Amino acid sequence: MNERSRLAPEPMPRRDFLGLSAMTSALVALLFAGIGMMRLPKAAVLPSPSRRFRVQLPESLADGEAYVPPGRAVAFYRRGDTVYAMSTICTHLGCVVRPTASGFDCPCHGSRFGPDGAVLKGPAPKALPWLQVRAIGRNAYVVDEGRTVPSGTVVQA
Amino acid sequence: MSRGQGMAQFLDNLKAAPRRFAESAWRSGTPNTDRSRSSFVFGNVFLHLHPVRTHRWSLRWSTTWGLGIASVSAFLITLVTGVLLMFYYKPYPDVAYDAIKDIHFVVPTGRFIRNLHRWAGNIMAVSVLLHMARTFYTAAYRKPREFNWVVGMVLLVVTLGLAFTGYLLPWDQLAYWAITIGANIAQSPREVTDALGMTAVFDPGGLQKLLLLGSEDVGAEALIRFYLLHVMILPLVLVLLIAVHFWRIRKDGGLTRPEDADRRVGGPAGIHPSFTEAPQKTYHLAAVVRGRTAAVGRGPEGTVPAMPHLFYAEMAALMLTVFVCLLLSLLIDAPLKELANPSVPENPAKAPWYFLGLQELVSFSAFMGGIGIPAIVILGLALIPYLDRETTGTGEWFGGPGGGRLVAGSAVFGLAAVLLVETFAIRLGWIREWWLAAPQILITLVNPGTVLTLIYALYSIWLVRRHQSGRAGALGLFTCFLCGFVVLTIIGTWFRGPNWGFYWSRAHWPGH
Repeated sequence: MNERSRLAPEPMPRRDFLGLSAMTSALVALLFAGIGMMRLPKAAVLPSPSRRFRVQLPESLADGEAYVPPGRAVAFYRRGDTVYAMSTICTHLGCVVRPTASGFDCPCHGSRFGPDGAVLKGPAPKALPWLQVRAIGRNAYVVDEGRTVPSGTVVQA
Repeated sequence: MSRGQGMAQFLDNLKAAPRRFAESAWRSGTPNTDRSRSSFVFGNVFLHLHPVRTHRWSLRWSTTWGLGIASVSAFLITLVTGVLLMFYYKPYPDVAYDAIKDIHFVVPTGRFIRNLHRWAGNIMAVSVLLHMARTFYTAAYRKPREFNWVVGMVLLVVTLGLAFTGYLLPWDQLAYWAITIGANIAQSPREVTDALGMTAVFDPGGLQKLLLLGSEDVGAEALIRFYLLHVMILPLVLVLLIAVHFWRIRKDGGLTRPEDADRRVGGPAGIHPSFTEAPQKTYHLAAVVRGRTAAVGRGPEGTVPAMPHLFYAEMAALMLTVFVCLLLSLLIDAPLKELANPSVPENPAKAPWYFLGLQELVSFSAFMGGIGIPAIVILGLALIPYLDRETTGTGEWFGGPGGGRLVAGSAVFGLAAVLLVETFAIRLGWIREWWLAAPQILITLVNPGTVLTLIYALYSIWLVRRHQSGRAGALGLFTCFLCGFVVLTIIGTWFRGPNWGFYWSRAHWPGH
C-alpha cells in the first residue's frame, strides 16, 4: 500500500504538524502572558499628590526678585502690578535650579537660564516653563505646577 | 537469619552511615589520585563547570590576571552581605535613611557589612571592566567565543545597573538626585521626539520614566521599584547569565590560547593519560550531534588536572579579592550624605566614580550622553567579534596587526582627542553660547560627546584601511574609548565643581 520507505521523510508528517502547532500555541500563549504581565508596572492611577497650591507672596517682594515657597519648585516674580511664576525644575534632567541675580543656575550639569527662563548655556533643551497663576486677592495666588502657559504670561496683582 | 545477626547488621549499617552518606553525596571515593579527583570534579554539580584537565597556559597569571574570578568573587561578597543588609533595610522613603543609619551606627557589624557590600560592588565594577579589556586585548572574543563576548556585554550592563540601583537605596541626597537624574535620562528620548514634534503621539521617554518611577514624582513607588530591581530582578538575571557565561567557556574550549601554547609552556607536566580520539560524550555515541566537544582529539600535552591546579588559581584570585575588599572596608567607610531633600540638590551633585564619565557626557546632551552614546558603544563592542574574523594574534596580549605599538599610538591619539575636545568645550563653550536660538536637535546631534565619538570612529576606519585589518580598527577604537572613559571620569571626579563648572582644584571652588 505504502511504497515509501519508513525512513524516507514525509512531506509534513502528522506528528510534526501536531508538534509544531502545539509549540506555536504554547509560544503564543507565553507571548500574551508576557504582554499581560508587562501591563502591570504601568500604573493606571498615579499616586502623585496634587500639584496645585496656594501661596502668599511677601509684601516686601521687590521687582525682579524671586520668591520660592518653601518645599516647592516654583519661583514667583512681581513686575510692576503683575505677577508671574516659573517652574524651577531644570528641563535637562530634573534638578532644581537656583534663582540668581541674572536668572537661574542648575547645580547638576551647569545649565544657565535667563530671567525669563530662556536657556543661555548648558545642556538644557528647553526654557523653564511658565506656570498658570490665578490671583485670589490680598497678595495670595493659586498656581498649578502641572499647567504651563506660554512664556511671558502674567496676571494682574 | 537470627535476631542477633539482624541486630549486628543494623549496628554495622549505623556505623557505616556517615561514610555511606559521604559516598552518596560525593559520588566518588576520597579524591586522592588524579583519577578519583577527576570523577570528584565531574560528579559534583558545583565543580563540574570546571574541565577535568586545564591547560597550563590558562593557569599563567598573565593569561587572565584572575579578573573573571575576581568579578565573581566580588559578586559573591555582595550577595552574602546584601542578604545580611536586608535584615534591617526598609525600602520606604520615610524610614530607609534611618535604616541605613541604624545599620551604620547601631547594628552589630552593620557598618562593616555595609562597607564590604559597597566596596565589593566597586571592585566588581572595576574588575568587570578590566576583565572586558583583558578579553579584548587578548582577542579572546574570536570564534568560537563570539556569543560569550555578547553575554559578557550584557553582564557589564547588568553590573552597572546593580551599582546604580544600589546607591539609590539609602535615600540620602545622592540617592534622591541620582534617581531624579536617572529617571530623566530614561525620559530623554523626548529631546528627539520633541524636536520632531511627535511626543504627543509617540513618547517612549515618558513611558520609560513612568515605568521606572511608577509615579510622576520620585517617591515611595520609585524606591520600591529600584529596590525590587536591585535585590531581585537584576541579581536573578546576573546569576542566570553568569551560568551561561561559565558554561560557554567550557563548551567553547576553555580559555583562549595561542596556537603554539603547548610549546611555550614547555613539555608535558608529569604523568598524563593518553587520550583517544573516540567520541566520549553520550550525545556523540547517540550519533545525533555532529562535531566534537572542544577537548576530543586533543592531546594531553601541556594540561594538568583541574583539581587541584585550577582550584588553587581560583582560590588565589578569590582570596585576593576578599582581602582587598576587607582591607578597604576596614579603612574607608561607605558614604552617607544628608537625608534626601527634594527642593535642594547638592552642588555639585556627583554620581559615584563609575558614572562620572557619563555625567560629563550628559552635561552636553541628556539623550546622547545618557542613552545614545552608551548604546552606540555597547552595540559597537558587541559587534566586534562578528566584524573581526581574523586569526592572527589570538590569545596574545595586544595580538593582531600593529600589536602593542598600535595600541600605544591609539592611546596617545585617544587621550589627545578627548583632551582637545574637552578643552575646547570648557574654554570656548558650545553652540548654545554662540547662537542662543540654535535648535535643540542640532545640539543633540553635534555636541562634544558625539564629536569625540565620531573622531574615534573615523580614526578606527583609518586604521582598518591602513592595516587592511578589522582587528587593527577594533584595537584602535577600544583603546580610544578606554582613554575617553578614563579621562572623562577623571575630569568628572576631580575637575568639576559647583554648577558643574571646571576648577583646577577643590580649593578654587567658590564659597557658599
